[in-house]
Amino acid sequence: MYETLEAKEKRMLAIPGDTVTLDQNTTIDGSIYLYKRNENTYSITVTALVDIELIENRKRIRVIPLKGRYIPKEGDVIVGIVIDATLSSWIIDINSPYSAILYAYDYIGKNFNPTVENIRRYLDIGDVILAKVVQFERSRGAVLTVQDKGLGKITSGSLVEIEPCKVARVIGKKKSMLNMLIEQTKCEIFVGNNGRILLKCPNLELEYIAILAIKKIENEAHTTGLTERIKDFVIEEKVKRGLIKYEIK
Amino acid sequence: MKLNKTKLVTEDGRRIDGRRPDELRPITIDIGVLKNADGSAIVEYGNTKVLAAVYGPREVVPRHEELADRAIVRCRYRMLSFSTTGERKSPAPSRREIELSKVIREALEPAILSSQFPRTAIDIFIEVINADGGTRTAGITAAAVALADAGIPMLDLVAAVAVGKLDGVLVVDLNGIEDMNGEADMPIAIMPSLGRITMLQLNGVLSPGEFKSALSLAISSINKIYELQKEALRRKYLTIEE
Repeated sequence: MYETLEAKEKRMLAIPGDTVTLDQNTTIDGSIYLYKRNENTYSITVTALVDIELIENRKRIRVIPLKGRYIPKEGDVIVGIVIDATLSSWIIDINSPYSAILYAYDYIGKNFNPTVENIRRYLDIGDVILAKVVQFERSRGAVLTVQDKGLGKITSGSLVEIEPCKVARVIGKKKSMLNMLIEQTKCEIFVGNNGRILLKCPNLELEYIAILAIKKIENEAHTTGLTERIKDFVIEEKVKRGLIKYEIK
Repeated sequence: MKLNKTKLVTEDGRRIDGRRPDELRPITIDIGVLKNADGSAIVEYGNTKVLAAVYGPREVVPRHEELADRAIVRCRYRMLSFSTTGERKSPAPSRREIELSKVIREALEPAILSSQFPRTAIDIFIEVINADGGTRTAGITAAAVALADAGIPMLDLVAAVAVGKLDGVLVVDLNGIEDMNGEADMPIAIMPSLGRITMLQLNGVLSPGEFKSALSLAISSINKIYELQKEALRRKYLTIEE
């Protein structure tokens, strides 16, 4: 009654209910998007791209979801926004169904006494921070820390939000996409795992081009040959705005 | 005074809108019609037009409603004031709408893998823009694609259709007039690739034999709708690719 995805095509669009057959020679990436139906048949549970690679009789299947919320993972570096301050901790919005907590000790780095100091002196509601997830459990929520290099409060730049599952595409294979964007727009770009991107650009025009490019990547994340297309797009936009004369490729 | 009852199925087996008994109304499915929603769809079964929007998984408000082991699924089915013919429908939720919200929720819940998102909520809103019979089945079909569009993990899509009996003939996908004047009405929702029934209601009387043939009629119609659902979901990404 149902159709099975065969390894005929290299890349295809799967929707909930489609099935894949796995055998001993198959390795799979993204198994959390599969649901066991019987012995070696699995249903795909989300709208996803299924990438099938054949390497010397071994089949490698990658399931890349096209939409979905951010679920925190230990070690992820994320961009959070303070939404509430309690006596000795902050509640952080991390663009996920689960909110995160940042304890005062983890931010200040020393014991914090709420009777002497006001926690809002350090971080107030609306402040943006770069933080790392140290602990996450679905039944309890995430715990963050800023005790690492480069983490902490963000005071300048602008913030762009994209679908969290498209973060990998903005970074690209071996950071190819990200490096290309940085090189072309001369912006400092930091991509948080939760789909928030920080931009620090030399001027407004370049910032606008960077945002347009990021949004284009988000829209066309499931297509192939994206890095080249985005590069052309950025150059074209720069020419349009008179930032450069036409560049010969 | 006895009114002359109109014949709903003519001698040559045609229904009042010219369809054959096993013929569906023209169905269109559009996906991603709302920008703010995580997933959305607009579905038309002939003149019946239903909009579905899905939000989530998101934080549960009020907090005490959250469940420690799975996401709560909340569903609201509503008919807009201008959706009906004749008198304006009161915008206050009626007994019927509250019941249908529950029925639709229970038709979709078996497909949603809610255990992947404990302590969250998945909200489904179904608004009937134009009502002409089969609003709950169109609502389920729309909500299922909207859920898939929102990226919520599901075992399978859910598609629904009603089978009814008019003048002793089993017909599929009843419109407003047939719904009101028919002898029986049986809405069915199925997860097609799993072959599992998630909703089955029956108003009126069917014999066991009629019930069996009604069920197989529904299954074959639902498979057609399922193909349309899949095509609509694929189309969204393929058009961008071009």
